[in-house]
Amino acid sequence: MADLSSDFVGIKSPNPFWLASAPPTDKEYNVRRAFEAGWGGVVWKTLGSEGPPVVNVNGPRYGAIWGADRRLLGLNNIELITDRPLQANLEEMARVKANYPDRAIVASIMVPCEEDAWREILERVAETGVDGIELNFGCPHGMSERGMGSAVGQVPEYIEMVTRWCKTYYDKPVIVKLTPNITDIRKPAKAAKDGGADAVSLINTINSITAVDLDDFCPEPTIDGKGSHGGYCGPAVKPIALSMVSEIARDPETHGLPISGIGGVTTWRDAAEFLALGAGNVQVCTAAMTYGFKVVQEMISGLSQYLDEKGMALDDLVGRAVPNVTDWQYLNLNYVTKARIDQDLCIKCGRCYAACEDTSHQAIAMKPGRVFEVKDDECVACNLCVNVCPVEDCITMERLTPGTLDERTGRVVESDYANWTTHPNNPAAKEAAE
Amino acid sequence: MGNTQFTPGVVAGRLPGDVLDDNFGDLHPPLDPHEAAVAADRCYFCYDAPCVEACPTSIDIPLFIRQIATGTPEAAAETIFDQNILGGMCARVCPTETLCEEVCVREVAEGKPVEIGRLQRYATDTVMAKNSHPYERAAATGKRVAVVGAGPAGLACAHRLAMKGHDVVIYDARPKPGGLNEYGIASYKTVDGFAQKEVDWLMQIGGIELRAGQALGEAVTLEALREDCDAVFLGMGLAGVNALRAEGEETGNVADAVDFIADLRQAGDLSKLAIGRNVVVIGGGMTAIDAAVQSKLLGAEAVTLVYRRGQERMSASEYEQELAASQGVRIVHHAMPVRVIGNGAVREVEFEYTQDGPNGLEPAGETFRLPADQVFRAIGQRLEGAPDGITLEGGKIAVSGAGRTSVAGVWAGGDCAAGGDDLTVTAVAEGRDAAEDIHARLAAE
Repeated sequence: MADLSSDFVGIKSPNPFWLASAPPTDKEYNVRRAFEAGWGGVVWKTLGSEGPPVVNVNGPRYGAIWGADRRLLGLNNIELITDRPLQANLEEMARVKANYPDRAIVASIMVPCEEDAWREILERVAETGVDGIELNFGCPHGMSERGMGSAVGQVPEYIEMVTRWCKTYYDKPVIVKLTPNITDIRKPAKAAKDGGADAVSLINTINSITAVDLDDFCPEPTIDGKGSHGGYCGPAVKPIALSMVSEIARDPETHGLPISGIGGVTTWRDAAEFLALGAGNVQVCTAAMTYGFKVVQEMISGLSQYLDEKGMALDDLVGRAVPNVTDWQYLNLNYVTKARIDQDLCIKCGRCYAACEDTSHQAIAMKPGRVFEVKDDECVACNLCVNVCPVEDCITMERLTPGTLDERTGRVVESDYANWTTHPNNPAAKEAAE
Repeated sequence: MGNTQFTPGVVAGRLPGDVLDDNFGDLHPPLDPHEAAVAADRCYFCYDAPCVEACPTSIDIPLFIRQIATGTPEAAAETIFDQNILGGMCARVCPTETLCEEVCVREVAEGKPVEIGRLQRYATDTVMAKNSHPYERAAATGKRVAVVGAGPAGLACAHRLAMKGHDVVIYDARPKPGGLNEYGIASYKTVDGFAQKEVDWLMQIGGIELRAGQALGEAVTLEALREDCDAVFLGMGLAGVNALRAEGEETGNVADAVDFIADLRQAGDLSKLAIGRNVVVIGGGMTAIDAAVQSKLLGAEAVTLVYRRGQERMSASEYEQELAASQGVRIVHHAMPVRVIGNGAVREVEFEYTQDGPNGLEPAGETFRLPADQVFRAIGQRLEGAPDGITLEGGKIAVSGAGRTSVAGVWAGGDCAAGGDDLTVTAVAEGRDAAEDIHARLAAE
């Protein structure tokens, strides 16, 4: 069994699976259960300033979308930061950390953008002995209306400023949690780095309305006939998170900045994908909220098996796919593929045909007996047929070997790499460097 | 009463009432909304879907399933009823395993088809439970059409004609409408008086007058109907039953399976329905299976279904055969009755094994006897009382096109017409198509 022990910016945990700052980590009772189930670490639910705690709504705070068998695909929430007294949280954090010295505990913090406010809470967090802090610059609902959460995360200057304060007043790792509700994730990441952050974590939740009640015409979740946007998470957001993680991992300005990957991690495979795109560990919330803490056991066994099968150590996986993330303009235009339908696997549903005929390139022929065949002279290799086919591996993309004729273009496939930057149709084309 | 499965002879009350209720409950209980959503999600929404082609009424199955999946079973029902106004009954009695579900790509791929029949029932039940009828009559045409037979073909024809604005009178020999839906299908396939409820629902279209207890050739004649009406549709089914042609056939307790099934369907109290201890059913079709299974469910100790050819020739679907086997019916192939033995009432039936020879089925030279207190014939029905002057083909009314008979202004469909495969759903298709043809003819006049 592969060694999954993780060292993320100096914070050690027996595995790279942490629970994200969220309801599952709101108090000692839950966190103890999480550690007993096997979680490597937790980011404690976000702490606010001393004083009267925040209040939450007293109606539904979550909304969801589902597949047909009520498989939860996406979850949103309008819950605020912890609504328990600061001192109670701090005492519990200290106690749990003392009892579980091998597990990681990180304090998530959200206080107003005032230096004193940060200094005061940092001193108290430091006393608990937890392993680090995460700055909640991400929550898009409620707190953002009060100038915190994503309201900070959307202004790189604020991120840099607050991060700098934290590095000044706190001597353990500082992780900056980023909001995806911005145009370019690299800017806040760069700001965090410039402020001295040890790492960034992303993504926080995405502005969302999960549904509209078509009888009462209210957004969901609905509170007394009204609804407010919430933060979206769960399996549905993973592709967005993966892309944002990869952008930070590959940008020269932020490359090498440690990343804690968050966003729809539901299985070991999701986690492995985040790691391959540059995340040093992952944080999980919705999967635990959907299935309970035990899911971590599948994540541990699955990632171990994968690493064993690949003969890789955990560190070998981190960032392994980053060099392969590039810009569109550098994609090889001489890479020519054609769809291939395995007639033995084909169940003759005709979805590929409908998709191609109605919405794509009319490159699939429907022959007597419901035999579906690719027309190489029309197929642009768009992959839609692969995506809509209900049978895994029934339709695949096969590369035309260089030297063969592409019947669609009438040209022989070239073996050389050639991209848009040198393409004759590109007005700005330049000769490829030899 | 103290009767049990082991009481000799033909007696009632072999099983306690609660066991009978259980036995004759819904064979396939309805899907609840969540089950329907999950079942609907399995549909791939195939292009030019094979299931539609396999459906004799060409229901747009992928569309109605998608309408269920998106929470609009009412729209789904309308998609069904547009093609098949008896979609509720067909959802219950269609041998889906040899029609839509047999060709479902998921059946072919995984051996587990989308549950089209049950989904259809979910949609149609939703609308019928609300007692809403989604169709309205067109403006009255002043034309009058007679429909003979209130079975699936006649009802489908009448509804479509009424919808087009014609006035329809249905004549039926039996006291209740529905035809085989009411009298000829196993009870556990259509519980809670569904056949009558469906007729009542269908009649909401208006413009249809039902005259029950009026058989063609007795209360009415084709000549009179042709005189009185602008068109006539014949859908009276097959009233005759084929004989065994075995010695002693007239012995007591040898009966037609269709009569047994009809009695059972009309019985108010199943515990008063007598059944033999040893029952022998002769035949290889759905009627034979229905009679055999229901004999068993009534409490017969031993039920044997004997078919003269091999298993592969049985017209009962494989599913039905398995259902019978699972209920404890013993199925014997390649044996034909030669003698019914008994003094007054049947005691035994002698069979001879058969084999397939160069000239068809031939005796194999070996006989055996089965004990029998009751024997049901289920070796096919035939047309009885065909109107004089109408051309027949293979013993049924010859038709061309959409059910046109040799007599001008007279159409036919359902079991009494040649062609088709004696299924409820085929009868519905034929009735519907004849109605369209009649309408086109009347509109052109």
